[in-house]
Amino acid sequence: MFKILKKEELSDLVILFEIEAKDIAKKARAGNFFVLKIHEQGERIPLTIADFDRDRGTITTVFQKMGKTTHHLGTLNEGDSILDMTGPLGIHSHIENFGKVVCVGGGVGIAPTFPIARALKEAGNAVISIIGARTKELIFWEDKMRAVSDELIIVTDDGSYGQKAVVTTPLDALLRENQDIKLVYAIGPAIMMKFVCVTTEKHNAKTIVSLNSIMVDATGMCGACRVEVGGETKFACVDGPEFDGRKVDFNLLMSRQRMYIEEERVAMERYKEKSGGN
Amino acid sequence: MEEKRAGKKPENRVKMREQEPLARAKNFMEVPYGYTPEEAKKEASRCLSCLKPSCRGGCPVSIDIPSFIKLIKEGRFIEAAWKIKEDNAMPAVCGRVCPQEIQCESLCILGKKGKPVAIGNLERFVADYERDNAGMEVPEKPKSTGRKVAVIGSGPGGLSCAADLIKSGHQVTLFEALHKAGGVLVYGIPEFRLPKVIVEKEVDYIRRLGVDVIVNALIGKLFTVDELLTEQGYDACFIATGAGLPVFLGIPGENLNGIYSANEFLTRANLMKAYLFPEYDTPIKRGRNVAVFGGGNVAMDAARVALRLGAEKVCLIYRRSEAEMPARKAEIHHAHEEGIEFMLLTNPLRFIDDGKGNISAVECIKMELGEPDASGRRKPVPVKGSEFRIEIDVAIPAIGTRPNPLLTRHVPGLLLNKRGYIVADYETGMTSKPGVFAGGDIITGSATVILAMGAGRRAAKAINDYFRWKYWDTAKLQGSG
Ligand SMILES: Cc1cc2nc3c(=O)[nH]c(=O)nc-3n(C[C@H](O)[C@H](O)[C@H](O)COP(=O)(O)OP(=O)(O)OC[C@H]3O[C@@H](n4cnc5c(N)ncnc54)[C@H](O)[C@@H]3O)c2cc1C
Ligand SMILES: Cc1cc2nc3c(=O)[nH]c(=O)nc-3n(C[C@H](O)[C@H](O)[C@H](O)COP(=O)(O)OP(=O)(O)OC[C@H]3O[C@@H](n4cnc5c(N)ncnc54)[C@H](O)[C@@H]3O)c2cc1C
Ligand code: SF4
Ligand code: SF4
Ligand code: FES
Repeated sequence: MFKILKKEELSDLVILFEIEAKDIAKKARAGNFFVLKIHEQGERIPLTIADFDRDRGTITTVFQKMGKTTHHLGTLNEGDSILDMTGPLGIHSHIENFGKVVCVGGGVGIAPTFPIARALKEAGNAVISIIGARTKELIFWEDKMRAVSDELIIVTDDGSYGQKAVVTTPLDALLRENQDIKLVYAIGPAIMMKFVCVTTEKHNAKTIVSLNSIMVDATGMCGACRVEVGGETKFACVDGPEFDGRKVDFNLLMSRQRMYIEEERVAMERYKEKSGGN
Repeated sequence: MEEKRAGKKPENRVKMREQEPLARAKNFMEVPYGYTPEEAKKEASRCLSCLKPSCRGGCPVSIDIPSFIKLIKEGRFIEAAWKIKEDNAMPAVCGRVCPQEIQCESLCILGKKGKPVAIGNLERFVADYERDNAGMEVPEKPKSTGRKVAVIGSGPGGLSCAADLIKSGHQVTLFEALHKAGGVLVYGIPEFRLPKVIVEKEVDYIRRLGVDVIVNALIGKLFTVDELLTEQGYDACFIATGAGLPVFLGIPGENLNGIYSANEFLTRANLMKAYLFPEYDTPIKRGRNVAVFGGGNVAMDAARVALRLGAEKVCLIYRRSEAEMPARKAEIHHAHEEGIEFMLLTNPLRFIDDGKGNISAVECIKMELGEPDASGRRKPVPVKGSEFRIEIDVAIPAIGTRPNPLLTRHVPGLLLNKRGYIVADYETGMTSKPGVFAGGDIITGSATVILAMGAGRRAAKAINDYFRWKYWDTAKLQGSG
């Protein structure tokens, strides 16, 4: 059992948990994720390790309420426990001093972007970060991101905070003005990562994305997470989740993410009925 | 002569009653019901108690078959179970899943004239009887040796090794990557062939023996083997991580929605209980027309699960003929009975999509048997112009697995072969790295439950010897690597 030590509601939809997981915390690095299963009947879902504290033996995760499992997770409180947690999983981010880098975090993707931006900063890079969301309420960790960035750009779709734009607008401008940007990291919805790559392709900038394909075991045993990178099939859980974004087949990723749309709807409706609309 | 033979006509084997094919194809309950005590005694009475029992040579762990069967004849069922357990810790599992027709039963003397003794059925009977009536007693805890052993992977190999080691007085930790222990027994083999409560009881028994079973521990990521052997103070470790990496067909369209590796399909259904969705949260596509590719146990299991999920039609597509299918004969028979359509001498060429990212059909080609290949089997070759299409909405390649490199690639000094399997001595499980033993599918490739258990037991014995003599011989390995 893994105990939730801290809960913070970052917005209506986005929740932060700090969870006791001594062994996972000891090994966690930026870019790793873990899998959790709330209870006996639950499914296994992957979430990124957004932060970790080796001394306290905790990991932090930030998740967005999407369907049944994440809604249920959101009802747990400090002191509650999660039945199963496995990690750290995936290949951690490759960090070195590249020079000047851009980190793009969209929506709940701001959370997994943070430890990478921090590690890049610590390695001596000049870090420019762009964080974006649909609307002001969904922007979180502005201060944390600012603390690890030389420059922070905020955008919202509806203009309720920061620039009224999507993340690719300031990214395009940055790449045009700064020929010396060595690397772009982008984490967020598949559609955002796809358009980030369309943008970076124009400027020929190396781009790393973190793919959120559907997973089951996340140990390389099932192939549920398969993605295509440079025409080759890869398992996102063990070969990734980070890949060279400009080689990723995003249409396939998005299509595979929709595989259970009907079942997800059924599960959510049933859950709402039982929990009285939480 | 003629009359004599007619007079001594061997009695027929006592059939095990089963659920009717049409009924069982719609549920996940176990197919055979098991023997009653009377039926078991009657079947046992067919055994000739041979002085030189050939059956024993066919069992990879040399169970004393005539002795346990004699105890059944005498109605001493619990003692019969103990007799088996001298050599095999999990008779309830092996009685159900061993390929008896090529092992013990293939060599039974009665098989020359009629049907061999139903050794597997009898083994299953006494194990179930003991579980229901005696409650699997835990032997007294042996004196502690002060030694610590880490067992990695909780399939039959790891379970049997851990059980033996704890009985020798060592402190044993069993690490499992998934959230449930049991390996293929829980994630692969379906409920209707091996009820999960049986595996749970076995794991529970091992816990009661004193083994510390730690689930959610992916070794290689959470701890490395070297950390276990140094920082964590384990004196030896046994790697039994299986061969769980799925192999796909490598044909166009294989990443379309609706195409599952057999591992994924079975893991969703068995481990995650997707057949109970939405009561359980994990979804699975319930195909109307399903194609499964392959001819082994895994293919049979996937096909029969698909049927139970409500498919109207399930095709089993295999490139050779039925005689070459590696699956247990009983399961091939069950699959036929349940209405699985066998499409033999057929190979898939590509998957075709519905324009929305889902699979809608598979294009296949007919094969014919050509000249024998190096292994002596006649190699299937495609028949020109015989391409055809089948409309399907779920496809499940079940054409084999490979070892998962997650753990092995990060163990310095551990010799692997070209295909990524650990190189280890058959008798002892010794690898090229002192203190590290390995066994089961991770050294042999996909094999059987009983072979993995045998490897686990031999390794436990070798680990005891190693503690006594501190002797490590890797000379033999270099040659075979
Ligand atoms: C490596 C990785 C890291 C992730 N990190 C985070 C994170 O830090 N924060 C966060 O909010 N989300 C993260 N996700 C996505 C998260 O796993 C899904 O949002 C979650 O599984 C949705 O479950 P649900 O039952 O609430 O929603 P559902 O109703 O099941 O699905 C809603 C959406 O989530 C996707 N999804 C469903 N099941 C899975 C699954 N088992 N694995 C992946 N995606 C799935 C589907 O594509 C669907 O569009 C990550 C995914 C991956 C692969
Ligand atoms: C669907 C199916 C049906 C089968 N039917 C039969 C049958 O009828 N009869 C028969 O005799 N055989 C059958 N087999 C084969 C048999 O199940 C295997 O040969 C046997 O289970 C191998 O045992 P093992 O202990 O080597 O490994 P496995 O049973 O594969 O167990 C390995 C375990 O190690 C865990 N693991 C892997 N990596 C790590 C790691 N890094 N850290 C921690 N844990 C790890 C895995 O999660 C798994 O639980 C079948 C196999 C399948 C897949
Ligand atoms: S363990 Fe398997 S091979 Fe050995 S006697 Fe039992 S059923 Fe036969
Ligand atoms: S060979 Fe057959 S008849 Fe003889 S002891 Fe074995 S099971 Fe009995
Ligand atoms: S999630 Fe099963 S192989 Fe990646």
